[in-house]
Amino acid sequence: MTDTALTHAQPEKPGFFTIATMQKAVAFVVLVALLIFFSVFAANFAAWNNMVNIMQATAVNGVLGVAVTLVIISGGIDLAVGTMMTLTAVMAGIVLTNLGMPLPLGIAGALLSGAAMGGFSGAIIAKLRIPPFIATLGMMQIARGLALVFSGAKPIYFNDTPSYQYISPESSITSLIPGLEIPNGVFVMFGVAIIASIILNRSLLGRYIFALGSNEEAARLSGVNVNFWKIVTYALSGMICGVAGLLVSSRLNSAQPALGLGYELDAIAAAVIGGTSLAGGRGTVLGTIIGAFIMSVLTNGLRVMGVQEEWKIVVTGVIIIIAVYVDIALRKKM
Amino acid sequence: MKKKLFAAALFGAATMFSAPSFAEDVYFPIIAKGFSHQFWQAVKAGAESAAKANNVTITFEGPNTEAEIDKQTDILNAAIAKKPQGLGFAALDSKAQVPALQKAADAGIPIVAFDSGVESDLPLTTCTTDNVNAAGAAADKMAEAIGGEGEVAAEIHDQTSATGIGRRDGFVNRIKEKYPKITIVDIKYANDALKAADDIKATLQAYPNLKGIFASNEGAAIGLAVAKKETGSKVVAIGYDSGKTQKDAINDGTLLGSITQNPVGIGECVVNSLAKALKGEKLDKIIDTGFYWYDKSNMADPKVAAVLYD
Repeated sequence: MTDTALTHAQPEKPGFFTIATMQKAVAFVVLVALLIFFSVFAANFAAWNNMVNIMQATAVNGVLGVAVTLVIISGGIDLAVGTMMTLTAVMAGIVLTNLGMPLPLGIAGALLSGAAMGGFSGAIIAKLRIPPFIATLGMMQIARGLALVFSGAKPIYFNDTPSYQYISPESSITSLIPGLEIPNGVFVMFGVAIIASIILNRSLLGRYIFALGSNEEAARLSGVNVNFWKIVTYALSGMICGVAGLLVSSRLNSAQPALGLGYELDAIAAAVIGGTSLAGGRGTVLGTIIGAFIMSVLTNGLRVMGVQEEWKIVVTGVIIIIAVYVDIALRKKM
Repeated sequence: MKKKLFAAALFGAATMFSAPSFAEDVYFPIIAKGFSHQFWQAVKAGAESAAKANNVTITFEGPNTEAEIDKQTDILNAAIAKKPQGLGFAALDSKAQVPALQKAADAGIPIVAFDSGVESDLPLTTCTTDNVNAAGAAADKMAEAIGGEGEVAAEIHDQTSATGIGRRDGFVNRIKEKYPKITIVDIKYANDALKAADDIKATLQAYPNLKGIFASNEGAAIGLAVAKKETGSKVVAIGYDSGKTQKDAINDGTLLGSITQNPVGIGECVVNSLAKALKGEKLDKIIDTGFYWYDKSNMADPKVAAVLYD
């Protein structure tokens, strides 16, 4: 990896053939190639219900990937997304099961606690000038510990709130289009992606996220309240982790307080495979969603093929390295 | 910390002679592999009730996760420094922690291992579940439920720990030895309920003729129940350990039944064995605390219900 690739990220050039567009295209081609490969070589892979399996398996990682993408584009990193997800799930459990409140309040509990934790990380980074890697490494442990403390180290179940199932595993679209049994969680993921994409490309916050990641000093000198927007970025990312918390706990019908460690690496991998630059200033939500799909197609496909677990992990690692190499190679050409 | 260790070394010899006296309050630190998992809470409950019965004081500690071997060794050293009359220890690593245990033995502290063994003669006994035998019983139930032939798969919680290896081999070997018409087509590994669910759905996709799946711990069993519900699959599903999700899944027929260890019995065994050791009674090298097969029919049985947790 060259130094220039890491430290001198250029802001997105206007025009159709930007690096990000190219990379999305490359990622998409890889995804299609994988789908074709497994359809040919893995018996029973190419069935509609397996495609639904893959979509459902992508939902949580896709949403966490979007959360971490925003932060990475702003020039930061968030290692706490996995355990923040767990803590938000526990908060939903406390509100709904322990306090017996109605569903909307449980959802609000997850989203707000996520935003608060993310905002807290952002504040530490902006005000105390602790590097994002360290600050969020600390937050990762804080969230993990609090999830165990608040839950009493026991899963919290949602049996008293049957409608909770509608967040992820139930399929509402079946009632509109019979036979199309896509779980709601998949639509939640796409919904989050669309909203995050609009924020990133069409709002002031989005413009500042890119500005922070491209050249923070320049942004500061041109009068941007850098600290404020950093905190907002991390808070938004934390809130999206809250969505992931709702998805995972809805699917398992329980908030599992010990789960979540390691999810941050899958999320970062999805962002990187999708073309988000770890140097900041460049990346797309759509790329991350494609990256998350590449990871779950690989996982599912290799499993259906009967490839050993150990090799599956190796292959995922190789794909990440290839993705970053493509990133560097494309940048040299531009 | 260093001071404490130094003090322990200084008074080690003295402790050796004073330990067997019952005049003072008898104190046993119990060091588990963790405390957040429900299984350990059940072990703790058993240890506490036995402590009451034997009129001794205990503390129950463990590291945050079952990967933190160094943290557990720190806890062990701190416990030894308190000069207890006995020590209960569930080693995270059956070899790496022997030198730390040697310190306790040098100080004359009787050691009882539990859950998984230590590769040394230092512990007077080991209170544990025979995982191989227990998983073998799961294989017998599986064979009976699918009529003695067909394809089965297993979702194992990890490929390196003693319990993961024991349960996998126990299940696989029993099938191979006793049921030649059953083939094991797939073995996957996941400890996390969400990943286990997606794993099992891929397995169901790959093997449409699959007749049964065995899941080797609570996380894997939750994943198995979720996967069955989401796919509507009719495979025979057998779990391990307990937890509310697993119990509910057995009650509504998603899971046929599960194997449970006897965590309460393990906790009782540790404290009882230490008390016996202090009285100079001889102990067997290994005490099998047993396991139960539970399903819809016997879940309410008080003997079984006592070892199940939510």
